[in-house]
Amino acid sequence: MTAPPARSPAPPGLTPSQTVGPFFAIGLPWPDGPLVVPAGTPGAIRISGRVLDGAGEPVPDALVETWQADPDGRFAHPDDPRGAGETGFRGFGRCPTDPQGRWAVLTVKPGPLPAPGGGIQAPHVDVSVFARGLLDRLVTRIYFPDEPEANAADPVLARLGPERRASLVATAGEGGTLRFDICLQGDHETVFFAL
Amino acid sequence: MSEPQPSTSAGPAAAGLVLPAYRRDDGRAHPPLDFPDYRSTRLRAPGRPLVLLSHGLTEVTGPLLGEGRVGETDHDLTVHHPGQPQGERIVVTGRVVDGDGRPVAGTLVEIWQANAAGRYRHDGDRHPAPLDPNFTGLGRCLSDAAGRYRFVTVKPGAYPWKNHHNAWRPAHIHFSLFGRAFTQRLVTQMYFPGDPLFAYDPIFNSVPDHARQRMVARFDLDTTVPELALGYRWDIVLRGRDATPLDQEDDQ
Repeated sequence: MTAPPARSPAPPGLTPSQTVGPFFAIGLPWPDGPLVVPAGTPGAIRISGRVLDGAGEPVPDALVETWQADPDGRFAHPDDPRGAGETGFRGFGRCPTDPQGRWAVLTVKPGPLPAPGGGIQAPHVDVSVFARGLLDRLVTRIYFPDEPEANAADPVLARLGPERRASLVATAGEGGTLRFDICLQGDHETVFFAL
Repeated sequence: MSEPQPSTSAGPAAAGLVLPAYRRDDGRAHPPLDFPDYRSTRLRAPGRPLVLLSHGLTEVTGPLLGEGRVGETDHDLTVHHPGQPQGERIVVTGRVVDGDGRPVAGTLVEIWQANAAGRYRHDGDRHPAPLDPNFTGLGRCLSDAAGRYRFVTVKPGAYPWKNHHNAWRPAHIHFSLFGRAFTQRLVTQMYFPGDPLFAYDPIFNSVPDHARQRMVARFDLDTTVPELALGYRWDIVLRGRDATPLDQEDDQ
């Protein structure tokens, strides 16, 4: 038998994404998942909202994950070239939606960040949405309504039209809470990003 | 030959902010969001094109969720109850690497699956196959320094679903991985070799043809445990990144 001609090793191909399906609740929700910061943390904000489908119906089997900087705009991560931030800040939240499509996390507002191309990114939270019917995760961002100047200068928001930009800014609710609905499809569709 | 170009996320305008540059999937591995054969996409896939997001600090970092998340026996789904689960015992091993073949060490791997009869321990699963009192179907582990992971479980059964007439999912194990950056987050499914249901499954076939086999484990006699469990190997490839342009700085 003759061996095939030698070829330079090809880089391994990416493993494709597949849907999280309807039964991820067996494994993915954690009791402390929604607590980016412990309950009772000074300055903690509850961000909540609904995930809605193209018919405006709640999505009761979605998983929402959040990732963000700490209040000083730092990450506890070796790839932050400014040095790792405050130890113990998890930065990560995970919450499945309930039968009404509702999710919530308890967090603190992140600091602004230097943008890769120069300028400053306004405080924001990166969001992943997983669900049955989503063959890949959806990525969006939450911006803060009390940061109008920073939001106006944000290079990511600046590339969007005013109407679409509004879909990424949370709205103020009662008692300092924030609301952020995620519309998967339709007239009020949230802006989703290609990473 | 053209000059090496600094990546956009680490150019001089970044004022010293040198970030790893994760290569984008050129659309050749991941399935499209809009895939009508999979009925649930119809009201859930976004209608508008995705907006390209350049990678900043939030995207090149990510949660590094450590040991506190993983119990000593979380990798062995067959020991979580007083008795042994029904079904064919298997060992699933592999490496988590990036697109350049570098190991992704210390990353949290979470799995969930149906039991050997094809039934999930979930209120929403109406398939009238038996639940197994000795099987939950949840596992977790951290990859080691070489990116290796290992689970002991039972082979999940195929099961029917409502997507179309006589629709059955091929046997699969769900995998969730974080990698080391938000850009590397991946949720996927591992399939078993030679499954006759592949040709009929819109979720499997949503992936471009050339990349489908990447989701299929291979039987492996080396990791098969005599008298106990069949071995399956499955490597998982997360996004690769270009070398940081530190070398280029010397040339400037």
